[in-house]
Amino acid sequence: MFSKKNFFKKLDSVNEYERQPIPGNKLKGWKSFVGMYAGEHTAGTEFVIGPLFVAHGASAPDLIFGLLLGNILAVLSWAFFTARVSVKTRITLYYQLEKIAGKRFSLLYNLINALMFCFLAGSMIAVSATAIGIPFDLAMPSLHDVLPSSIGWVVTVLIVGIVTTVVAMFGFEQVSRFANVAAPWMIMVFIAAAIGVLPQLGINSLADFWPVAETKIWNGVPLEGQSKFTFWHIMFFAWFCNMAMHIGMADMSILRYAKKWQYGFSSATGVFLGHYIAWIASGILYSLFLIESNNSTEFAPGPIAYRAAGIAGALCVVIAGWTTANPTLYRAGLAIQSINPKWKTWKVTLFVGGLTTLAACFPALVMQLLEFVALYGLILMPLGAIIYMDVMVFPKIGLQDNYAMRTNSSFNWSVALTWGLTLGLCLILNLMFNIDIFFLGLPGWFAAVFIYIVASKLFQKHTHLQNELKSNQSDKPETLLVS
Amino acid sequence: MKKILFLLSIVCLLLTLLPSFMVYAGLISLQLNKTLMLVGTMGWFLLAALKMNAAQHQPS
Repeated sequence: MFSKKNFFKKLDSVNEYERQPIPGNKLKGWKSFVGMYAGEHTAGTEFVIGPLFVAHGASAPDLIFGLLLGNILAVLSWAFFTARVSVKTRITLYYQLEKIAGKRFSLLYNLINALMFCFLAGSMIAVSATAIGIPFDLAMPSLHDVLPSSIGWVVTVLIVGIVTTVVAMFGFEQVSRFANVAAPWMIMVFIAAAIGVLPQLGINSLADFWPVAETKIWNGVPLEGQSKFTFWHIMFFAWFCNMAMHIGMADMSILRYAKKWQYGFSSATGVFLGHYIAWIASGILYSLFLIESNNSTEFAPGPIAYRAAGIAGALCVVIAGWTTANPTLYRAGLAIQSINPKWKTWKVTLFVGGLTTLAACFPALVMQLLEFVALYGLILMPLGAIIYMDVMVFPKIGLQDNYAMRTNSSFNWSVALTWGLTLGLCLILNLMFNIDIFFLGLPGWFAAVFIYIVASKLFQKHTHLQNELKSNQSDKPETLLVS
Repeated sequence: MKKILFLLSIVCLLLTLLPSFMVYAGLISLQLNKTLMLVGTMGWFLLAALKMNAAQHQPS
């Protein structure tokens, strides 16, 4: 029987250790991370990214080896950056940032993060809509579309957006469980859909694969109006597409549960299933569509998957898009709610869902997904660099870590300056030197590190550490817990 | 019961994947592959729902 008292007791007992280090008895083994990463990185975005590489004229060797190297670098970033910091601090990115940068700065970060989440969820709603529209013979958007292409498109997106928002308003626990169930099946559909169409591309034996891959699938010729992608574009994209998670430290929330920092290598399951096999598979499907449609500029993952794998393929697009959009929307709601925790979660989620659905009506969100993902990582990267330096390097070079907490400040100007100047420098490199957004993360990281050290030296020199003694005392139990 | 459900769900997952290799080998048509994938899909989610339901009703 349902007992209200037990229900709330159960809710109260849920402890995610949001403002305290994970205790030793709550740490998890490597199997948890292998499964979690494998599920997390096979998502709706994979149906868009693989085809966009084809549209941007990636050649077969550039794609295969660029993805390989980029994914290896991503795994190394997860292990050597995120996991090492996570295991040392055992707290979330949000709390760590609050300790370093102050509450007011964290609020700003949360707002920007929420906006990014909205756009990401919006693109996934649009991806799902391409599959929902199949039975209604919906006119699909094309690669060059920026504005909504038809009334039918807007209505379909609105319906998908409303359903996604309503589900997100009830929390994302069930959706998260459903996503875990769907993950292995989605990988199977990706692989099966691509294998099934190989004979139509003229691949009837293993020996046929490479010549066909070079001439028909990734032939190195960009579609009209698309820029040309080289090995370096692909490598850097594969490395930095999850920059917010690894170098940007968002995955501290997950890896703080790891017994050892080496568990960061378990991210390999996610990137090599989702960002290698799934991207290659979706690229194969799109190239067949291009051949059959005589290089049509229509870009709709739903019909492409339906063409290759039937109803299972279309369902995969809907589920992949929905299971990505839903938790993303919920997280965006939580981030907005941090402005005023008294706001009702469902009202905030409703507002965020409305904004996201509106954004989803614009096909540009899907067509420019590569650039958006790169921008998302780039914007959050300087804060990851700041956290890494603060946790791993500052104590060794005589600078004060967790400065906002120690000085009881709500806004650390060193952090704000580092963020602003780094992004400003990246903008200059992009606009004045024509350096593509995909390449800006690397120089940006070094710039952030340099600016943060200089700014901290200047600001810390002139500020009296009022609460140092008090903070040191309050730190002691935490240190004991994480050792 | 749990083991049977697990084995059946693996069969459904394989039903989603393996027929595509048969298409590649020229043994079945793409249309049949699509049908088998749908059967595998329905089985996978049905069994997953049963497993989740069973897990929820297990005494803690």
